[in-house]
Amino acid sequence: MTVPPSRGVVLRLNGITKRFGQLTANDNVGFALHEGEVLALLGENGAGKTTLMNILFGHYTADAGTVEVFGEVMPPGAPGAALAAGVGMVHQHFTLAENMTVLENVLLGTVPLWRMGLAKSRGRTRLQVLSRDFGLKVHLDAQIKSLSVGEKQRVEILKALYRDARILILDEPTAVLTPQESDALFDTLRKAVARGLSVIFISHKLHEVMAISERVIVLRHGRLAGEVATRDTDRHKLAEMMVGAEVTLPRAEARTPGETLLQLADVSLSAEGRRVGLDGANLSLRAGQITGIAGVSGNGQAALADLVGGLATPERGEMRLFGQPVQTWSPRAALNAGLGRIPEDRHKQGSIADFSLTENTVLEGYPAPPFSSSGIMNWGKARHHAEEIISRYDVRCPGPDARIRLLSGGNMQKLILGRVLEAGPRIILANQPVRGLDIGALTYVQERLIAARDAGAAVLLISEDLDEILALSDVIHVISEGRVSPEFPRGSKTPAELGVWMAGQGFDHAA
Amino acid sequence: MRLEPVASQTLGRTLGFPAIALALTVLVASLLAMLAGANPLATLGLIVNGALGSKFAVLETLNRATPLIFTGLAVAVAFRARLWNIGAEAQLYAGALVTVLVGTRLGLPGPVAIPVMAMAAVAAGALMLLLPVMLKVRLGVDEVVTTLLLNFIMLLFISMLLEGPLKDPMGMGWPKSEALPRDARLPRIVDGLRLHWGFALGLISAVVVWFIQVRTTLGYEIRAVGLNPEAARFAGIPVRSVLLKTALLSGGLAALAGYSEVAGLKGNLTLDLSPGFGYTGIIVAMLALLHPLGVVVSALFVAGIFVGADSMSRAAEVPTYIADISLATALLFMVVAILMTRFNLVRG
Amino acid sequence: MEILDILMTASFWGAVLRIASPLIFATMGELICERAGVLNLGIEGIMVIGAFAGWMAVYAGLGLWPGVMVAMATGMLFGLLHATLTVPLGLSQHVVGLGVTLLATSSAYYAYRLALPEVTSPPRIEPFQPVDIPVLSDLPLLGESLFSQTPLTYLALATVAVVGFVLYRTPLGLALRAAGENPSAVEAQGLSVTAIRMGAVVAGSGLMAVGGAFLTMSAFSSFFFEMVNGRGWICIALVVFGAWRPGKALLGAILFAAFDALQIRMQQTPLGAVVPYQIFLMVPYVLSILALVLMSRRAEVPEALMVPYNRGER
Repeated sequence: MTVPPSRGVVLRLNGITKRFGQLTANDNVGFALHEGEVLALLGENGAGKTTLMNILFGHYTADAGTVEVFGEVMPPGAPGAALAAGVGMVHQHFTLAENMTVLENVLLGTVPLWRMGLAKSRGRTRLQVLSRDFGLKVHLDAQIKSLSVGEKQRVEILKALYRDARILILDEPTAVLTPQESDALFDTLRKAVARGLSVIFISHKLHEVMAISERVIVLRHGRLAGEVATRDTDRHKLAEMMVGAEVTLPRAEARTPGETLLQLADVSLSAEGRRVGLDGANLSLRAGQITGIAGVSGNGQAALADLVGGLATPERGEMRLFGQPVQTWSPRAALNAGLGRIPEDRHKQGSIADFSLTENTVLEGYPAPPFSSSGIMNWGKARHHAEEIISRYDVRCPGPDARIRLLSGGNMQKLILGRVLEAGPRIILANQPVRGLDIGALTYVQERLIAARDAGAAVLLISEDLDEILALSDVIHVISEGRVSPEFPRGSKTPAELGVWMAGQGFDHAA
Repeated sequence: MRLEPVASQTLGRTLGFPAIALALTVLVASLLAMLAGANPLATLGLIVNGALGSKFAVLETLNRATPLIFTGLAVAVAFRARLWNIGAEAQLYAGALVTVLVGTRLGLPGPVAIPVMAMAAVAAGALMLLLPVMLKVRLGVDEVVTTLLLNFIMLLFISMLLEGPLKDPMGMGWPKSEALPRDARLPRIVDGLRLHWGFALGLISAVVVWFIQVRTTLGYEIRAVGLNPEAARFAGIPVRSVLLKTALLSGGLAALAGYSEVAGLKGNLTLDLSPGFGYTGIIVAMLALLHPLGVVVSALFVAGIFVGADSMSRAAEVPTYIADISLATALLFMVVAILMTRFNLVRG
Repeated sequence: MEILDILMTASFWGAVLRIASPLIFATMGELICERAGVLNLGIEGIMVIGAFAGWMAVYAGLGLWPGVMVAMATGMLFGLLHATLTVPLGLSQHVVGLGVTLLATSSAYYAYRLALPEVTSPPRIEPFQPVDIPVLSDLPLLGESLFSQTPLTYLALATVAVVGFVLYRTPLGLALRAAGENPSAVEAQGLSVTAIRMGAVVAGSGLMAVGGAFLTMSAFSSFFFEMVNGRGWICIALVVFGAWRPGKALLGAILFAAFDALQIRMQQTPLGAVVPYQIFLMVPYVLSILALVLMSRRAEVPEALMVPYNRGER
């Protein structure tokens, strides 16, 4: 089809099939990667990209099919084989030990386990060369926990290069970067390709795929949905291949906002563990308005969400709710005040895996009638409520008595959405509400949030996806290292201008 | 090898794997008997006979089960909230100590003394567990080690009292307390049969705990906190206060074991009041899959093994510790069995 | 000042090292397990069975050092059981650990009764004898206490150095620490988290058993029921007190042993005649709780401690 004939194949997947119970995650997937090319692997969440990579690295055993690296068939289910054959992977969630230094993380697993010493100086010299050649600046003796997200990603790439990887696989590498950092990453990738390395770039962001790749492979529902040369296609065609039909993502139309419901005035919160704090944040949430918080992950979003959600109280400054200063603040107080909260992590915070759907729907509403009175639960009413949410929010599930663990991410999120919206909140905290959802669930959740806004709710939307922020928000703040930017009205800043703020630079001028 | 959750948990799975676990335990016990040069079938027969073979044996088993119902419930309640209370032994002795103090020092008339002793014992046991749980929720100190260490401290404390202020002057030098007056003892359920109301109290407690767990908001909170404290906290469940309430409930239940042993069976406090009822409560609770009504069944089972093994070892050359090994084995097999009811072990 | 008088005697510091030795072995064992991400509550029972197995082996005619090896192998066997249940199967480390303690303890008692059905008091073996290190043992105060110990005490001190070296200066230690901090970092570099964690638990359990064996083969020369008496739980507190670092844990063990030795000697003083002896015996347990409380704010806990790891799941 579009294969450049002159370059050899370095990696080939042949007819990979993998089933998990009823679900077929990969169905006869095959493709080849050529020397010195950047191949984009495109697909929405749940399309089977991660499973494919787990098979490639021997973490899973495929039910059928083989993996060939440089012409050699990899033994199935042997983690390390692909690694040893020269494939390096940069995971979306970094695989670094935080209590160790950069150098130690790189050396881990590259020196034979039973050797007496670590040969640190040899490693240091080699790393310095690699770091210069590929433009990957990082302090080798720094503890990982002191590094920024961008630096950690550089360490991950260095780890692969140090192992003499000839093939680099990057899983959603830009999800955690500012637009400017992404450009730097692309530079590094171009340098790598120029030196004869081959790259697989996994993403669901179309403009990046268009920018960096030579060829695109599209996965849909575990199957290969298409393969095109990047120069022969455009974003619309790719989107259609990815989801099977032309999609129009929801966009919120502008509306006139109402009164201010929640206000942060110069609020600060100190850092806690690995959570970045807040530094003098000013923010107003108004009725009938979606306020978007843009920013690279780990820049204070968690602290802001904790504060609004009731898990933290301001250490300095004031929080005003419906015009009144907030006195006592807790998750329960937030709920009683009419706040609805969609947590960042639906598994860890939003639900209890081994509880039934019924038990999960009353997680917030259980202490009051109709779900309980004088400390005695009314399970009949609770179950009825769960049935209502299941039908109103289109939750696909075996029934209200099933454990929520069995639900897909999208259905779990719909149930949480139902739990929040059915309580009739006046203020909604939506923290990464569509992360990891497929296009159907994503559209559904976003439309519901817009509808809630139209009905008069104030929505605080926190997302690391700038496109999502731009599509939904009436006003935008950028958050960086715990500082919150001034409010930017819809359309007043380009993505690149927001990127400057995300990198923490706009603040200096403002100050 | 990987663990994959099963889509639906069938009744066969739920009961089948625990049954296999028990069968394997019997196999281990048989091997142990053979190791001692005894006939395994005969040994098992002697154990069953010793536990159930006569009216006396059955009553002995019921009596031995009584404290185990309480400590088993205490552990089951706490473990549900992922509160690792390994200190039931100390709470038991706290309950026993307070029972003796109230019963022998206050001079209350019997019908008053019996409930007052119970309430005081519950309070003492609850306080005993409150300290480590406060340290856990306030400072993040792991409660496993603190509750374990408190067991040793409590035993030394009791020993000190029994050789000092609580020593029975008529005890001929033995470290034991004065006995409760006759009318402050728990009466027998049926005249002439050596089974006291402590056993009935155990059954009632099991039903109450069961009701709390499935029908009350507190029970719902306890389960939520145990399964996912972060989600519970996010949802507005007061995690700390739930843990403290769980501690009060758990410590109180364990203390009732001490109360019922003193007021129902022994009449006084000695250093060997409990041959590890607190620790055995962990096995009882785990074998019951932490179900309060199941605790009654498993307490009877465990008590039967101990009583049966005692009687067997008098007849055969098999040390009585065969019971302890078998029960520890059963515990380990059972946790694997619980896992297998919910997950498949699959290749790749 | 009686306390000062006590502190100034060589025999006191000799006793401190003797009391510390089993704790040092077992604390190092627990530390290895926890650094790899596994809490091993089997420690108490593994010390009991180690004490029994080593002593029994010598009583049955083996030499002292082979006896130590037998104890260690027995401990490793129970460690393997613990590791199999907690690492690949990911079962609750609390429940499994307590189960292993109950199993190991009762197995030791059962085997003891099987081997010696008739005896009322346990037979004695010829234990390890103190070995004077030439020259050094002649130093005043320090020499007598530090350099006139049994070989097992020297071995305990050497163990700390070895554990420290391996943890911080070798690839193996790097992998072990990473497994306790972020197992996916280990897996991504092509190493097996399961193998590293299981190896750590097995090796750590071996050390715990040697700690138990010290009691029967160096300290008391005989096996009694309840002789471990909570020392395992104290070692878990010592690991926390030592902030999961071998050197600090050693200091903790010695400090702890000093208090223990002091309370034993205080019982002989006029104060001991007034205060019930049980108060003195409580000291180690109370100290352990205090150590946990003191260290609670300085969280340097391995990030993945008690978190089971499933391959491919991140």
